[in-house]
Amino acid sequence: MGNRFGRVLERRLPLIVVSPLFAASLIFVYGFILWTVWISFTRSRVLPNYDFAGFLQYERLWSTPRWHVALSNLVIFWVLFVLLCLVIGMFLAILLDQRIRIEGVIRTIYLYPMALSFVVTGTVWKWILNPGLGIERVMQQAGFENFRFDWLVNPDYAIYTVVIAGVWQSSGYAMALFLAGLRSVDDELLRAAAIDGAGPVRTYLRIVLPMMRPVLMSVVIILSHLAIKSFDLIVALTGGGPGFATDMPATFMYSYAFQRSELGLAAASAVMMLMTVIAIIVPYLYSELRRR
Amino acid sequence: MIKLRGLGSVVALFGSICASGALAEGTVEVLHWWTSGGEAKAVGELKSAFEAKGGTWIDSPIAGGGGDAAMTALRARVVAGNPPTAVQLKGPGIQEWAMEDALNNVQAVATKENWDGVLPPVLAEIMKHDGNYVAAPVNIHRVDWIWASPVALEKAGVTEMPTTWEEFNAAAEKLDAAGLVALAHGGQPWQDATVFEDVVLGVGGADFYRKALVELDPEALTSDTMVAAFDQLRILRGFVDDGFSGRDWNLATAMVIRGEAGFQIMGDWAKGEFLAAGLVPGKDFYCIPTPGEGYVLNSDSFTFFKVAGDDNLKGQQELASLIMSPAFQKTFNLAKGSIPARTDVPLDDFDDCAKRSHEDLLKATETGALVPSMAHEMAIPRSVRGEILDVVTNFFNSDMSSKDATTALAEAIQRAM
Repeated sequence: MGNRFGRVLERRLPLIVVSPLFAASLIFVYGFILWTVWISFTRSRVLPNYDFAGFLQYERLWSTPRWHVALSNLVIFWVLFVLLCLVIGMFLAILLDQRIRIEGVIRTIYLYPMALSFVVTGTVWKWILNPGLGIERVMQQAGFENFRFDWLVNPDYAIYTVVIAGVWQSSGYAMALFLAGLRSVDDELLRAAAIDGAGPVRTYLRIVLPMMRPVLMSVVIILSHLAIKSFDLIVALTGGGPGFATDMPATFMYSYAFQRSELGLAAASAVMMLMTVIAIIVPYLYSELRRR
Repeated sequence: MIKLRGLGSVVALFGSICASGALAEGTVEVLHWWTSGGEAKAVGELKSAFEAKGGTWIDSPIAGGGGDAAMTALRARVVAGNPPTAVQLKGPGIQEWAMEDALNNVQAVATKENWDGVLPPVLAEIMKHDGNYVAAPVNIHRVDWIWASPVALEKAGVTEMPTTWEEFNAAAEKLDAAGLVALAHGGQPWQDATVFEDVVLGVGGADFYRKALVELDPEALTSDTMVAAFDQLRILRGFVDDGFSGRDWNLATAMVIRGEAGFQIMGDWAKGEFLAAGLVPGKDFYCIPTPGEGYVLNSDSFTFFKVAGDDNLKGQQELASLIMSPAFQKTFNLAKGSIPARTDVPLDDFDDCAKRSHEDLLKATETGALVPSMAHEMAIPRSVRGEILDVVTNFFNSDMSSKDATTALAEAIQRAM
């Protein structure tokens, strides 16, 4: 009896252990995603209401100039952030891969910004970039009277300060992943390449980098999702300003849902963000799964 | 026998404790976000006054985001059917909740105490839904103030306080020429909007202000007067220093306090900063209304939500009566730096700026120049206000032309309605 019960338990245990978590994520993740989609099709303002209103909120969303600013900021930030992190991360990883001394110390230094939250990064860079406190003032006091570096308060350039802070934070992380990838390249291969007379540049470009493709994909995906959901960095660094020049979809959604009592419109913008993420993740998952 | 009597008195005493418990003035739960300095002190006055009457006060302070966090909490509580008794909620926000049928009215108290007779009609209208009071105002803040530093003005050779925008511009240019910051300002949307609405009042007058920023009349919004208002805002932008972006209002006030800046255009909560620095109004700093002979009204209020149960209802009525009592209005506003919402409270203990505010309030009520503040959520729903703020702040931070700004304004309002 007891034995049979034990066997059943053994067989079912994984299911029993996993099911609460499964149920929780079903309700609290997917359930609320569906709820948000529903809300986006209603006229909800202060409180959610459930009267279907068609694509009204989406029409309003796409005719709001601030949404277009948020979208173009997202594209600028996303492209530059991912690209710069990749280039800098790869460069640092290759340098570190030259079997240098005190590698551990240097690696820790590069990786350290990752230990900070984006809020801390944002606050620190806000001070560094503030024309009255930071770099501009230091340079002017050092004698360069005409030195100007006011990107933070210039609506046309403020988004690039977000890129700077973001890259500073995350390129060390990209480096760590790349370094792990480089270390997994077989030494035999490199030696063979050397014997064949390939120089270091050619070795990296032709042999090492192509072998790093899976690592590259992982890094791009991780950095991309950081870029899309970026919220804390913006809030801490620029507060979405000057004006709403550095607004992103996430901060846009927050301000419409919680500051303006426009739940419906905010839900519509959230759904648009979800669509963006799906557009990236699905092809990736598809290609990953097909390969198996 | 003696023993028995002793026992009797104990029973009687016990009985009276129970009775006093039952006679207590109810229970209230108050949700607010007055958590800093003078504000926390002011709300503490309300708490102790309520408890002195024998009531039970449950404090629910929710800090953060200028009330955003509290609003989120409120939404959850109302949806769950468990609203707080009273919430720090103002302006058209009151109507939004009233429309959701989430409020109790306190008209019985208001009738008994003749609130209509003691509140400025513009303010009373905002507190009512369907002709019944659903909220009680605790104070009146004036938004259209210019705060000035005598030290800075003297350095720049400005002797007369400006009474028109032309005079203001001339004075500001002198300050600029003297190497001082002419206008201390913080580049946050609500601060930009504060300056904007004061300019609209000064350029267009109270009637125009009402048409454009309260009734949202498309013709007024795209009129030449509005273009002129944006032109003046553009001039003011030129008087602001480089580091203004994202600066908090109290840091801008500090620039005036230190004499680094000549003027700041800000509501009278700025006064608290001057007083806290030990400055005397009229001597160490000046407060003068912005041009335009008007009065931009901002008022905090408590809104009464739909609670049930005798104890809660009684507490709610009691709280309403207490908030509007002259004694409380006086102590609260002495702590917060505003003036009483009741116009019949003597202001002997208040400072000169407050007295000036009160006088002008009465005058503006008579002449019809009293207007509710757009920037501070007294005039229009939050959704529309947000759209206006976007346009104003975008204008302030770019080189958009005034004409384009008025068009953008009209379009934005169209979208938000």
